[in-house]
Amino acid sequence: MMRTTDHHHEHDEDHSTSASAAPLAPTRAAGPARGRSRVLQGVALTSVLTLALTACGGSADGEDSEDAAAEGEDVTLSVTTFNEFGYEDLFEEYEELNENITIEHNKIDTAENARDSLRNSLGAGQGASDIEPIEVDWLAEFQQYPDRFEDLTDPELEDRWLDWKYEDAVLEDGSLIGYGTDSGPQAVCYRADLFEEAGLPSEREEVAEFLGDTWEDYFDAGREFVAESESAWYSGSDNIWQGMINQVEVPYQNEEGEVIADENPEVRDLYDQLLQASVEDELSAGLAQWSGDWSDAFQREETFATMMCPGWMLGIIEGNAAEVEGWDIANTFPGGGGNWGGSYLTVPSQGENIEQAKELAAWLTAPEQQLKAFEVVGAFPSTTEALEADELLSSTNEFFNDAPTGEILAERADAVETQPLKGTEYLTINVAIQDAINRVDVDGIDDPDASWEKFVNDMEALR
Amino acid sequence: MSAPAAEAPVTTARSGGPAQGPRTGRRKPKSSFRRRVSTWDRRYSPYLYISPFFILFAVVGLFPLVYTAWVATHDWDLIMGQGEFIGAENFLHVLGERAFWVSLRNTLSIFVLSSAPQVVAAILIAYLLDYNLRAKTFWRMGVLVPYVVTPVAVALIFSNLFGDRFGLVNSVLETIGIDAIGWHSDTLPSHLAIATMVNFRWIGYNALIFLAAMQAVPRDLYEAAEIDGAGKVRQFISVTIPNLRPTIIFVIITSTIGGLQIFDEPRMFDQYGRGGTDGQWQTMTMYLYELGWTRSDFGQASAVAVLLFLLIVAIGLVNFIITRRISSSEVKR
Repeated sequence: MMRTTDHHHEHDEDHSTSASAAPLAPTRAAGPARGRSRVLQGVALTSVLTLALTACGGSADGEDSEDAAAEGEDVTLSVTTFNEFGYEDLFEEYEELNENITIEHNKIDTAENARDSLRNSLGAGQGASDIEPIEVDWLAEFQQYPDRFEDLTDPELEDRWLDWKYEDAVLEDGSLIGYGTDSGPQAVCYRADLFEEAGLPSEREEVAEFLGDTWEDYFDAGREFVAESESAWYSGSDNIWQGMINQVEVPYQNEEGEVIADENPEVRDLYDQLLQASVEDELSAGLAQWSGDWSDAFQREETFATMMCPGWMLGIIEGNAAEVEGWDIANTFPGGGGNWGGSYLTVPSQGENIEQAKELAAWLTAPEQQLKAFEVVGAFPSTTEALEADELLSSTNEFFNDAPTGEILAERADAVETQPLKGTEYLTINVAIQDAINRVDVDGIDDPDASWEKFVNDMEALR
Repeated sequence: MSAPAAEAPVTTARSGGPAQGPRTGRRKPKSSFRRRVSTWDRRYSPYLYISPFFILFAVVGLFPLVYTAWVATHDWDLIMGQGEFIGAENFLHVLGERAFWVSLRNTLSIFVLSSAPQVVAAILIAYLLDYNLRAKTFWRMGVLVPYVVTPVAVALIFSNLFGDRFGLVNSVLETIGIDAIGWHSDTLPSHLAIATMVNFRWIGYNALIFLAAMQAVPRDLYEAAEIDGAGKVRQFISVTIPNLRPTIIFVIITSTIGGLQIFDEPRMFDQYGRGGTDGQWQTMTMYLYELGWTRSDFGQASAVAVLLFLLIVAIGLVNFIITRRISSSEVKR
């Protein structure tokens, strides 16, 4: 999942006290200064702990974990999630099933903060939860540290997930870093009422037809729409970019892990095609995804008519567009199928209760539990059994005009052809290119070429 | 920070210990041990009493400072830890990055935009509070309210006010016929918006410090000035300001230290917390955070921390010298 529910950023470098390095005025400097002295302490603390860890040969293999948690002993398991995994009820259920287990839930607001927090814990050699989430965009990044995670290979579970979902989490040495939670097959959400006002077809099947098969068809449909409407075709280029880039087989880094993003003609072509449509043809509302303006725009008269819609986006639209009528979902996706987002549960080796954590992670990602999470927050399952389950296929979404969302998304999942090769720097590079796109579409401070040059410089800095 | 006790004792080292006043001989001379203890007591106990601060500072202030410099000279990954010694390479790399210079520019710009108006406004507010207002305490406490509100809440409120498309500020501007301003896209407006948040938070706090200093100005000076025919403005310029000088120096130095390390407000100014698509408002601390935690290069992050430290020391010294120059050029009372 890649969502930001709010703009509230809490930093997690909460080490020890905040001491100001200014004997003169502790009070005044403890304001903004806190950031830095905390960072400094974070640096110091992390380094000290790293030293300590390397000094003992990093033998955090959890050898003593089995004794620490003998059968029947009371154990507290901590689980970190970000945004909405929909696990709250599941935790209660698990505690009822297992008398001796208490679950502590640590919920982080955004995927990026969850990633930073996990990096921090791995660096410090402590502080990670017993179960930590990893989002598909930064999966490869953490696969560089196989010794920091438990191998979750379990012959009984091998066929539980969709092939690609499972394969993505398998390391070179054959070990498994995480159990798949949800996936993000995308459909197109649209405002039927705006379509109607513009004199365009507004029924689900008709709209799917009207949107066509390729990205250019989709943009053409948009050109037709904006000619007849005050609203834009989509909220901003960044939303569309996620749809496009997740169909490119080798986008940012090649097999060897070398950064090719700025030399890859495929990436550049999509970039040009998108910005042409967004800016020249004025299809974009020019709103940065997750910003305050973006959230507000759902409620405005002049808004936007379509959106790339992975399962988890449905809940977000419903939240932002509460009381707004006319949202619907079409069973189609430009360029074929596409997957945006989805996560894994991992068990960091530094934990005390490895075995119980593995059991819990396996239970949380089982088909029955995935279906429950889908019920609650729309997190689309990644297990084959759940994908065929009746309750999934028969589920409808009231807000989206009672659309058969389960069926539609299941078909969209089948349409996914490519799973892009996401390298170790995927997130960093994707953030850089999103910035490049937003410089043109949202901020209007650069033309596409100038902005691309800056992106090239960013890539140079990465090399 | 060496052990303070090693420094020269305050009293002149006369073997006889404390000065021996004229003895009347009525009291028995103390035993030499007790005398020695009391000598030690007088000589060294002051150091003992102030030592907790220095010990604490050495552990949580000085050690991280020195250790950061040590990390900065190494190839150091957040997760993999210490790499090899590479000398000044981190510094050279950072100094060669455009982002570093952009963040330096932003830091200085936001610092100037926030600190200068802050001090001026705080003095003026303090001057108003110094009058015999009704419900004095209420007003004085009132100016401190923004300081108590968490920066996160302040940032949320302000980033909504400063929304580019649907923000309140732009709506008001549009109704009076001014074009909407790109608070999150253009460099200077973003700095102004962030400086506004910082000022909102700190003006009241500094006003109270100035108020305390104003209350200490002898009232008879004002009376004398009034008899000499000075108006309110003249009194303020010729009596109040000169008497506030030490406090002004104090506030400027502390604002410098805090202002150059600004992090919370710009970090929460938009949904990503990276300082804009083009680093429009990425400050040095944010750049440091990005290097250390997003790119996981602790060596480079520490190099930025060291450079920031040097910058603060340099600007602090310049401030200090200028304010001292100004104060010594005035006629001493």
